[in-house]
Amino acid sequence: MSAITARQLTRRFGDFTAVDGIDLDIQSGEIYGLLGPNGAGKSTTVRMLCTLLAPSGGSASVAGHDIVKDPGAVRLRIGVALQEAALDPAQTGRQLLGLQGRLYGLSSSEVERRISDLEQIIELGDALERRIGSYSGGMQRRLDLAASLVHNPEVLFLDEPTTGLDPASRIKVWEEVGRLNRELGMTILLTTQYLEEADALAGRVGIIDGGHKIVEGTPDELKRKVGTDVIVAGVEGPTDDACVALRNVAGVESVEPHADEVVITANDGAGTIGPVAIALDAASIRVRSLTLRTPTLDDVFLEATGSRIQSVDQPDDSEDVSLATDDSSGQTPDSEEAFR
Amino acid sequence: MTAITTTTGSNDSNTIRARPGGFVSDTLAIAGRALRAVPKDLEAVLPPVFIAFFFFVVNIATFGGLTEGTVNGLDYTAFSMPTAILLGVTGVSRAPAFVLDVQNGYLDRLLLTPIRRFSILLGHMLADVVVAAALTVPILGLGFILGVRFEAGIAGVLVFIALAASWSLAFAGFGYAIALKTGNPGAVQSTFLLFFPFLFLTTSYVPRSQLSGWLDTVAGLNPVTYLLEGLRSLAIEGWQLDQLVPAVVAILVIGALSMSMCFAALRGRVSRG
Repeated sequence: MSAITARQLTRRFGDFTAVDGIDLDIQSGEIYGLLGPNGAGKSTTVRMLCTLLAPSGGSASVAGHDIVKDPGAVRLRIGVALQEAALDPAQTGRQLLGLQGRLYGLSSSEVERRISDLEQIIELGDALERRIGSYSGGMQRRLDLAASLVHNPEVLFLDEPTTGLDPASRIKVWEEVGRLNRELGMTILLTTQYLEEADALAGRVGIIDGGHKIVEGTPDELKRKVGTDVIVAGVEGPTDDACVALRNVAGVESVEPHADEVVITANDGAGTIGPVAIALDAASIRVRSLTLRTPTLDDVFLEATGSRIQSVDQPDDSEDVSLATDDSSGQTPDSEEAFR
Repeated sequence: MTAITTTTGSNDSNTIRARPGGFVSDTLAIAGRALRAVPKDLEAVLPPVFIAFFFFVVNIATFGGLTEGTVNGLDYTAFSMPTAILLGVTGVSRAPAFVLDVQNGYLDRLLLTPIRRFSILLGHMLADVVVAAALTVPILGLGFILGVRFEAGIAGVLVFIALAASWSLAFAGFGYAIALKTGNPGAVQSTFLLFFPFLFLTTSYVPRSQLSGWLDTVAGLNPVTYLLEGLRSLAIEGWQLDQLVPAVVAILVIGALSMSMCFAALRGRVSRG
């Protein structure tokens, strides 16, 4: 049974089309990741699906209810944590959760039971009695997540749930998202610009760019489409020369230039990396680095769009930098050998 | 959905489901939140009362002797009390706090709940009525200390407070409209400036009989003129329906205008997302 369906869902802002005819079929109990760079249309899609924004065209239903014709029924069944924590800094955490529960029609005793349970997620301790304005960013995100869960929604929307969180808090959110899905069967649509997050959490991923859904599938399916292995050559000078030198190397399936790198796919990476190094040397191309790894979702994005997600939107917070590995995608590859 | 014990909730708790809370319950919940915020936001409430006190006392000292000497039988303290009260309650609303909700995204959180959109606004406005009524009391108290007596009795005092609070609500609609339209706290706070022409182009300081020329014409078109006359009648003359009905109509006219703008702005914001 579909928890979320969308047909040609479109949103225009004046002449600008933010979401351009997106189709979605997300099954009950599924974690679906909408992956793309900033400005791809992820948040606009979520805002339409959760009834905050009217579509300009197309149709969609969530938890069996049309988002335009029956938005009240949709709101009863969804929980939403938006990209920016949507909190009132003047209330205490407890007051906010209490009001949230009341607005979802819960009785006082039900609200107390839910808050008592949700305290385990947010781990705010005595801070729950403090004004939200005094919370750190991480505490606010956790409280925001709790506010979206107070009424036990059937479908949970998480719009970039870990942006701005430190790595430890990020892992904790991942664990909690996984647990909500696994133990309660909650359907979760999460948007993210972090490849690692989509890979770790989502059963299926839709890659979105320029308002279009480009590809969709399980992370493994998508990565298999790219090839078995990826060799990344960091070169000095024009990448076009390197591409020409590599096209006819035995074992190479495809060669794509990207900034100052050349991305080579091959079925047998270990057997191909040697001939690649020789070919580059023979063409007098100075090689800065040569890396072998398994494909990432960024490679999928690169193949589909010709650009990388991370090159469009490099994380600017320090914890993201610490998460980034030495490959250009910022994603921890499944296996990696580097020649430097 | 299977409900089992998890770290996110007990077996029992996980079976709790959302349901519509009802219009009254939703509105009261929003009003309660707005009222709880008032003690933390006294800087928005106390200055208007201070201004009202100040003008009340200064106006009596400045114009009292002059006017009472010109108009026979005029109790200038009772005459100027409604002016002071309108100064105190006009523009006092949770609209500046509401604009913060717009800015920090909390309005989105409210809009995501299954409550009616209008409950969000009405809840804030209900809180405004309570605050405005509460602000009226100390100014009335000062009036009593200065010798004002209500010819309409205690019921007249209550109607006086209700009219003042209703006016505050009617005028507050402009602030909410601006809050929703602009999302700008500065613009919302400047709403009070809108009241200046209403307050000064009327009988704030002298009776209508003392106005002449264009000012008398403008005062005749100004709804605040009828509101002031209605309020004054309760203190000075007792129950005068011919003065109270125009006061109520004036509130309704301004209220209809401001609420139309307000709800149009709410619809606009919701459609814009």
